[in-house]
Amino acid sequence: MTLDKTVNNRAWFMVLPVLVLVAFNAVIPLMTVVNYSVQESFAGNVFFFEGSKWFEQVLHSERFHAALLRQLAFTATILAIEIPLGVGIALTMPRKGPWVSVCLVLMALPLLIPWNVVGAIWNIFALPSFGLLGRAINGLGISYNFTRDAGDAWFTLVLMDVWHWTSLVVLLAYAGLMAIPNAYYQAAKIDGASRWAVFRYIQLPKMRRVLTIAVLLRLMDSFMIYTEPFVLTGGGPGNSTTLLSIDLVKIALGQFDLGPAAAMSLIYFLMVLAMSWVFYTVMTREEART
Amino acid sequence: MARIELASLAHAYGPRPRGDADYALKTINLEFKPGGAYALLGPSGCGKTTLLNLISGLLVPTEGSVLFDGTDVTEQTSEQRNIAQVFQFPVVYDTMTVYENLAFPLRNRGVARQALDLRVREIAEMLGLTPSLMQKARRLTADAKQKISLGRGLVRADVSAMLFDEPLTVIDPQLKWELRSQLKQLHRQVGTTMIYVTHDQTEALTFADTVIVMYDGRILQVGSPQELFERPHHTFVGYFIGSPGMNILHASVEGRTATVAGRAIPLPRAYDRLADRARVELGIRPEFVRIAPQGEGVPVRINRIDDVGRFKIARVSLDGQALSVMVGEDTQLSGDSAAIEFDRAHLHVYADGQLVDGKA
Amino acid sequence: MTDTATVASRPMHSTGAARRAGARRRIGFSWLVPALYILFLMVPIYWLLNMSFKTTNEILGTFSLWPNEFTFANYHKIVTDPVWYNGYLNSIAYATLNTILSVSVALPAAYAFSRYRFLGDKHLFFWLLTNRMAPPAIFALPFFQLYSSVGLFDTHIAVALAHCLFNIPLAVWILEGFMSGVPKEIDETAYIDGYSFRRFFFKIFIPLIAGGIGVAAFFCFMFSWVELLLAKTLTSVAARPIASVMTRTISISGYELGVLAAAGALTIVPGAIVIYFVRNYIAKGFALGRV
Repeated sequence: MTLDKTVNNRAWFMVLPVLVLVAFNAVIPLMTVVNYSVQESFAGNVFFFEGSKWFEQVLHSERFHAALLRQLAFTATILAIEIPLGVGIALTMPRKGPWVSVCLVLMALPLLIPWNVVGAIWNIFALPSFGLLGRAINGLGISYNFTRDAGDAWFTLVLMDVWHWTSLVVLLAYAGLMAIPNAYYQAAKIDGASRWAVFRYIQLPKMRRVLTIAVLLRLMDSFMIYTEPFVLTGGGPGNSTTLLSIDLVKIALGQFDLGPAAAMSLIYFLMVLAMSWVFYTVMTREEART
Repeated sequence: MARIELASLAHAYGPRPRGDADYALKTINLEFKPGGAYALLGPSGCGKTTLLNLISGLLVPTEGSVLFDGTDVTEQTSEQRNIAQVFQFPVVYDTMTVYENLAFPLRNRGVARQALDLRVREIAEMLGLTPSLMQKARRLTADAKQKISLGRGLVRADVSAMLFDEPLTVIDPQLKWELRSQLKQLHRQVGTTMIYVTHDQTEALTFADTVIVMYDGRILQVGSPQELFERPHHTFVGYFIGSPGMNILHASVEGRTATVAGRAIPLPRAYDRLADRARVELGIRPEFVRIAPQGEGVPVRINRIDDVGRFKIARVSLDGQALSVMVGEDTQLSGDSAAIEFDRAHLHVYADGQLVDGKA
Repeated sequence: MTDTATVASRPMHSTGAARRAGARRRIGFSWLVPALYILFLMVPIYWLLNMSFKTTNEILGTFSLWPNEFTFANYHKIVTDPVWYNGYLNSIAYATLNTILSVSVALPAAYAFSRYRFLGDKHLFFWLLTNRMAPPAIFALPFFQLYSSVGLFDTHIAVALAHCLFNIPLAVWILEGFMSGVPKEIDETAYIDGYSFRRFFFKIFIPLIAGGIGVAAFFCFMFSWVELLLAKTLTSVAARPIASVMTRTISISGYELGVLAAAGALTIVPGAIVIYFVRNYIAKGFALGRV
């Protein structure tokens, strides 16, 4: 935030509608969740106060640990693939001319497909029986069936996420690149900088801001991912692709264990919040210091 | 340092230039002597930056060639030409310190560590950057950043030429003056050929030994600041340089006499065969117009008097044509009319905008 | 020095000597990277389209790279069956409603954040953003109870309101970025010229950030359109979204893959249309948003 802003507490009135709408959607359900998380329910309408029992139970449950581990592995994998890939594609995209629009429109397309449709597309694309991908891989002599083999399910899930979200990184990185004045490239040319030096000392520092947004969004969203893996694998085979959200819904709606589900929700939410906050502070502080 | 020649150089940004209008730079021939201080002066969009980028190799010309010491470098990159260039907006490498910024061009060229360190410190000293050598470059002010850009050019001792593309645009007025004189001093110190693009006549005239005035993709005049002032080759040059610019009066010229608004004005030289030219004009700088003593001179109407300190500028009109007259602080002007007289030696005749050489 | 510099302003354009500008630029293979990436993006979509033009028998019976018995039957079913096409209308209805709602409340808030400092502004901004981080899976059940208790269950407005949770923070974020790009002097000049705040905001300021509003609207529509979990939770029959109708197809009528593929293909269309219109702003909208 810039410093030359005037202090005006009446600005609160302008923020009020946003505050009311978001609070209605955020605070009331959150309080409901908190309420559940400290109570025991019988038949869904009789409640007893249980204090931190559910939290302790969730934190010590192996099921939660396994889901969390899977979630961390998934997030780390897709970040490690999508961020460098997205930057690489943005670097090779045309900077002007008619192809820019073509690239942007086609690349943005996966972002606008409803999430369950994304799951459905990949389901019918990867099925070993009539999916192109499944057929092709098996045709190469590699046994592949994502509904039976945990490794294949993981591979398909990661590939789907890369397909679905890399474009977001591309768009952000591209926007960052386009904001670099031409003089920087000219100066680098004159200074005799190599292609690598141009990337390392001009493009990467100038993309820092948008890449922060990209990592933050992908980090948050990959932790929330539910619909696509639910449609694609349903969390299986076994529990091999049961990420946090899927596990949560299984507990809450499948088994109607509201207490543990709520406690898990809160732990989960706080984790996402803490990670985003840490990342956000580290990146912005780094920026302020340099 | 190199002698730079531009031979029949022209440039169009579009791929298939048709008419004159498609060319940002119309065919020119020009030579820059080694060690000279040059300025490319002209209004925005006159092609001066295009010309600069053609010299530096950031642009490849549509036609013609660029020669450095007689060698054709038209197809060479800026790096191969060994050019240094400072841009309008300061370019610094944000993540590097000032020291690393200055060392960057040398590191890219594989200069040994010790020689590099010596050179960087020398240039930093020259530019007054020594105290901030170890600071991150992005934290500095605009003028310090511009000094770094300049320094990155200076560290390379063997550059063919240093080019400046309106380098003082984003600098505060006060520091502008300081940097400008520092630049002039640097030129004397290092002796590199320097070419300076600007639309500001003060910058051009104080920095350069030779000023190249451009307009609409053409070169109108090449000359020393004095020549540009005393003998503008084109009415635009007369108007663009000087403040206020040259007075231009519609006239008809016959032999040694010009006629303006029915009044005969004697000329220092003889001109003939001007009757067939579309537009004949008389040019004289405000510095060479005086208020005539009572009863003499050409009567004019006084529109306004601007007091600019050491002298006053009277804005007058002669039969509807506007003129500026420089008047001493102590000259008294009263009423709304006066009479003026011209310093005959400084009257120039222009036909269709071009200066006409008269016969003595 | 002057005498050595010769000037020839005469145009002399011999086309034979004309060099194509940028002829020196080397022709590399860098275009291959985006091209291959786009190919990777398009193949699954092609497969979806391929399926949508096949009969169920062909899908289950044979494997072919293109439809052998080309049929529009799957699409025909969607446009004639009210359950299907109402699903579309419902999705478009709540996505549009949410877009209008989110952008109109985000506008004054973003203006406040971009122009004023006020008590708790930074905390409020971060709190807003945290709502984008809240996993919808957590909120599914409480949302169901909340909207049931206020009598909005199974209405378009319920879904539109629920989606505000993550769309308003996003809209505020994007709009604030665009507004900060407008110099403050413009506001001040307008006030000096005697504009009231209301007139200034609608007559001057909004046209200035029209591009930003377009981008914000695009993202709101997009996230509302692609979200399923909340939309499904908050509706049963009257306002059921298309995505939810699709899940029903799998469970109820067995393996109607052709129809499913056709429905999926049709859900891509509104997105594609919206992208086409805002293509020049997409990249910019992200770049200006502030972290």
